[in-house]
Amino acid sequence: MTSVPLPGAARGPLLASISVRRLIRTLLPALSLTLILLAIAYLNPRAISYFGFSLMLNLAIPIALATIAQMFILCVNDLDLSIGTFVSFVGCVTATWLRDAPLFGAIVLVGCIGLYAALGALIHLRKLPSIVVTLGMSFVWQGLAILLLPRPGGKAPDWLLWLMSFKVPYVPFPIVAAIVIGLVVHVGLMRSSYGAILRGAGGNPVAIERAGWSLLKTKVTMFALAGLFGVLSGLALIGITTSADANIGTGYTLLSIAGVILGGGEFVGGRVSPIGAVIGALTLALAASPLLTFMHISPDWQVGANGAILIIVLAARALLSRRER
Amino acid sequence: MASPSRPLALLARPWLWSFVGAALVYVATIAFTGGFGAVGMIQAALALAVFMVIAGIGQMFVITLGPGNVDLSLPANIGLASAVAMKVMDGSDAMIVVGLAAALACGAAIGLFNYFLIWALRIPPIIATLSASFVIHSIDISYGRGLQIKPPPGFAAFTSSQLFGIPVLAILTALFATLMAVVLHRTVFGRSVLAIGQNMRAARLANIPVGRVRLVTYMLSGCLGGLNGALLAGYFRGASVDIGNEYLLASIAVVVIGGTSVAGGKANVPGIWGAALFMVLLLTMLNTYGASAGIRLLATGLIIIAVIAAAGGQKAPR
Repeated sequence: MTSVPLPGAARGPLLASISVRRLIRTLLPALSLTLILLAIAYLNPRAISYFGFSLMLNLAIPIALATIAQMFILCVNDLDLSIGTFVSFVGCVTATWLRDAPLFGAIVLVGCIGLYAALGALIHLRKLPSIVVTLGMSFVWQGLAILLLPRPGGKAPDWLLWLMSFKVPYVPFPIVAAIVIGLVVHVGLMRSSYGAILRGAGGNPVAIERAGWSLLKTKVTMFALAGLFGVLSGLALIGITTSADANIGTGYTLLSIAGVILGGGEFVGGRVSPIGAVIGALTLALAASPLLTFMHISPDWQVGANGAILIIVLAARALLSRRER
Repeated sequence: MASPSRPLALLARPWLWSFVGAALVYVATIAFTGGFGAVGMIQAALALAVFMVIAGIGQMFVITLGPGNVDLSLPANIGLASAVAMKVMDGSDAMIVVGLAAALACGAAIGLFNYFLIWALRIPPIIATLSASFVIHSIDISYGRGLQIKPPPGFAAFTSSQLFGIPVLAILTALFATLMAVVLHRTVFGRSVLAIGQNMRAARLANIPVGRVRLVTYMLSGCLGGLNGALLAGYFRGASVDIGNEYLLASIAVVVIGGTSVAGGKANVPGIWGAALFMVLLLTMLNTYGASAGIRLLATGLIIIAVIAAAGGQKAPR
């Protein structure tokens, strides 16, 4: 992009206004979440309570985990269109094998992570477009899920039910979980030295390779991490819903992409934000159903509301960066 | 350019393999049935392949625009257009043309909206068409709720009519595909699409109106999605929200299997027909072998990955 200086603007004030805009841009995810919260508080003040948040944010944990998984993939300039059906498959394994034969179930889940890593290697080595490969994988996972659980059913393992119904005093559990997820990934990806290499592999792969790092290894690591968080998302989801269904996570593909983008992640160039992604996931979880319910809008518009929020935030971002240039 | 008269040069053409694959799958299926239903199977395959070809041609033009260009709003588009067409036609033969026009207009509007997002928000087409598809999907759910209008009898009969045992729609679509191949290779618009896909910057420097060509391409894809929705509603005797769901993977798959480069700048129309027949016959074969829905999904996914992995070696579109 060419940088065109604003006509008639002095250098000093311009720099100042740039940094203000950057700040607004950085805070955009938090601002969107605050706006949604204010709207909910205005429409239904009783929802802003310990119980209200526990209920409204119930499904935010699996969404946040799936969003983090997607973030790892986006960070290396790929896109995962299979994460939703993957979460479904993990859910089906959790509600059947993991309960009946824990060891076998655990091996299958670890195998899934391995398969994700192998996909990363395949995409890197054959220089494949990730959207085609993951679109194909979405059918594979869905097929496996239907084979495993043709009808909705199964039951979550007891330890998982216990874990997901965990009560924390004063602060609702989903909020605690979201903070923990955001911080752990933030420290790992944004504050560690190998994390910088991983992000660099998305930002400037040539430079990373010239510096002697293996791009294959970074791609495999990122895909394996995505697989790991996909598995965690499936586990969390089944821990909340208690039973599974072959299509339980289908909507997560779109939600996860939207969450990363809402959270300030860029589409290319390794510029992502784990904390932003978690905030983006919370925003979507709140906007999709509680806000619409309080506004007496039919659930038909749930997906549309997500799309509209995504477009509005992107528009705001485009506006801010246009001024910057 | 290698001359197609030399057999080796012909073999090197990637789209040929999609026809070879289709033929192999066909032979494997009739060998299983002992020759039973050999003709009917081709008729059914042609009838179903039509819808994949129409969606695939639109997707092909978009993908040819270069890295990152893909239309993810096709399923939602097809769903909404099917509802619009059925509502406008309202079961009356007199309204068929108006209904088709409405479906086309609906698709064109979606294409326009897609490109508006890409242009105004300066976001990659993947994200733009994805966000658009969220909104379109919701409009469809709300608009098409409880819609139980049957297609006009004349339209329904047309979508499943045959001429000398060949589905009429397949004949028309073959003619249309030929036309689109000419548009792609012989017109200024088609060559502009290819040029943009090869190098957007060079195309811009060569004074190609890049923005306008991209806009027209997205609107073309939208129109074809709309047309597909109307035809599907006629063929399956009614509109539904999910009627276009399989066409996201299918449209991308036929483009890739048909030998079009996912990196853009290199497109192939005949390959789309071969790939569509391959996909439909494959599902027919799995059905004949008595495979369950799960196995069918699994096999479809694995084959697409296998084909793209074998084709490989290209720059990823993202």
